[in-house]
Amino acid sequence: MLKTQELTLNMGPVHPSTHGVYRCVLNLDGEYIQNAVNHIGYLHRGLEKLAESRTYTQFIPYTDRLDYCSGLSNELAYVMAVEKLMGIEEEIPERAQYLRVILAELQRLGSHGIFLGSFALDVAGATGYFYIFRERDRVLELITRVGGNRLTPNFMRIGGVRNDLGEDFFTELKDLMDSFEPAFEEYNGLLTGNEIFQSRTKGISVVSKEMAMDYGFNGPNLRSVGVDYDLRRDEPYLVYDRMQFDVPVTHNGDLFDRFVIRLKEMEQSVRIIKQAMKEIPEGPVMAKVPKVIKPPVGEAFHRIENAKGHLGFHLVSDGSTKPYRNKIYAPTFVMLSAFPEMAKGTHIMDAVLILASIDIVLGEVDR
Amino acid sequence: MQILINLANGIRSWLEGMGLSAASAEVIMSAVGALAVVIFILTHVIILILAERRVAAFIQIRKGPNRLGPLGIGQVIADVVKTLSKEDIIPAAADKFVFKIASTTLFATALLTFAVIPFSKGMVIQDLNIGIFYFIAMASTGTLSILMAGWASNNKYALIGGMRAVAQMISYEIPMVFSILGVVMLTGSLKMSDIVLAQKNMWFIVPQFIAFVVYYVAATAELNRAPFDLAEGEQELIAGYFIEYSGIRWALFMMAEYASMVAASAIATTLFLGGWLAPFGLDTIFGVTIPGFVWFMIKLYFMLFTFLWVRWTFPRLRVDHLMHFGWKFLIPVSLANILVTGIGIYVYQRIIS
Repeated sequence: MLKTQELTLNMGPVHPSTHGVYRCVLNLDGEYIQNAVNHIGYLHRGLEKLAESRTYTQFIPYTDRLDYCSGLSNELAYVMAVEKLMGIEEEIPERAQYLRVILAELQRLGSHGIFLGSFALDVAGATGYFYIFRERDRVLELITRVGGNRLTPNFMRIGGVRNDLGEDFFTELKDLMDSFEPAFEEYNGLLTGNEIFQSRTKGISVVSKEMAMDYGFNGPNLRSVGVDYDLRRDEPYLVYDRMQFDVPVTHNGDLFDRFVIRLKEMEQSVRIIKQAMKEIPEGPVMAKVPKVIKPPVGEAFHRIENAKGHLGFHLVSDGSTKPYRNKIYAPTFVMLSAFPEMAKGTHIMDAVLILASIDIVLGEVDR
Repeated sequence: MQILINLANGIRSWLEGMGLSAASAEVIMSAVGALAVVIFILTHVIILILAERRVAAFIQIRKGPNRLGPLGIGQVIADVVKTLSKEDIIPAAADKFVFKIASTTLFATALLTFAVIPFSKGMVIQDLNIGIFYFIAMASTGTLSILMAGWASNNKYALIGGMRAVAQMISYEIPMVFSILGVVMLTGSLKMSDIVLAQKNMWFIVPQFIAFVVYYVAATAELNRAPFDLAEGEQELIAGYFIEYSGIRWALFMMAEYASMVAASAIATTLFLGGWLAPFGLDTIFGVTIPGFVWFMIKLYFMLFTFLWVRWTFPRLRVDHLMHFGWKFLIPVSLANILVTGIGIYVYQRIIS
């Protein structure tokens, strides 16, 4: 007896395109998704609970393991929250602030490089992946120079940065920034301008402004639907208010826009780094911070514009050396909740791309 | 390659001298020829596996396998030993009989297509008078094996892959046949050697350029190669119809893919690039006669390289785009090509008579 029925397809946690140990269960009508259900938690390590039994300084390396594509920015968000809690934001030396901006933007280049590369891989353009990872690897080499590790540098400190960076770092940085210009043209030629790539991404999984606001989108995904909101400009921290940069905004909110906006942001990051390199003053890189950090009783929340969205830390202090509570606001966790709605009615080949376009990192989603 | 033909004749007369009848000598000679072709294919599969990895590495600004032996030639041996020594896993819930024969039948159909390919003048196992028709028939049979593999694996990913393969391969067979039809109209024969000899003055790629492009695209889809490798669909289906296969059965799928790639390139060479004929009448260069086999090989490898080139440059199409492209673009274009060719032939005959 012939009959039609929905096919329930389990995707993940071991699947090449789920960007880590994410699992979703898809109900398929043919190859079109009727319903998708998120299953997360395969990478849960209890980082928020761990923070309660570590001192403020000890938790810095743990933040590298949140969104492991942008370790330096995570550290930055955390140490700035602690500084806010201690009330020493104004005491951070100028040079340290510039170094933080340079490193955060460098990390953004690396993180967006991962996004573009893995997106290229998910449309099966493996060559684009290699071209993008060529630059991304040079970024990681520079980060290795900074912190001794490719992904987990542990370089930011409460009150500044671990150490000053020498002349050789800046010459290499300048060299890398100059090589980005022709590299962007290659990415555009290989992917953005490709007919098949455009047919795969344009008009797929369109997110409306209202839907993005309802789900609490932030970062590049929010700007791709036409909301002009960037913390670096609208709630400036560090020395971002002295930098000249544009906030790229696109208006269609489809996969193509989410791809292109990251490419444009990389161009702006290069611009910011070039300015910061020119303006960086001499001086100390650490503020006078007590050896044992004991913030006063109270709480503080600080968020920064991370590569994937707003990364925020909410710290509650009971006056001891360890935080009473450390709540992490993870942008991709919030945006992943929109995946079932974004994927509904799309083809299974698009679902992979939609997941990639949210730019999830399971280290941050599961924490 | 007169020497090979002489060798074949030598063996034949030796067999007859042993007291065998002419008929039984003929049977043995067919077996020897088939064996030679199998060895030929396997050699090319080995070369292609290495070439694919090296070309991919070159395109992707990496090095590729370069440690084992010169140019990484030893890597192929290592790969073969590895796949041979792997455990042959058959899923408990699989349809075991179909699962086992699917990889073999796919490779067999890929081998059978070589029966009609003319490698050089007289170097063809069976110069059938329906040669090209036989090739199309054999190439389409591969669809069945892929569906068998996808169904018998009892895996949802494999099933989707197998279903995609059937839809895609059947849709793209039609423009492929239509594109070949243009050449057949010009030649007036389905026999491979006739088609090659008809290109003595002009390769059919010139009057039948549209047919060549349609054939190339349709053949890429027929071979399940990127950007049409939807049946494999690495990103969403992981490996598609052969997801459950391992060891030598998996290797047979790979070998079948490369063998059919050689076959499709050989057909493109025969139909559009003049087969074993030398270009621009260059039969002899500096007094040295270059055998037709060499010309055939050069053209064959040029075609194979383009397949590799395309695979490592383009992203993959989506299933519905692929269907639209096949039914709404390739088929009308190939039909128009037949019409134009027909009118051209009619006008030409009018002028002559």
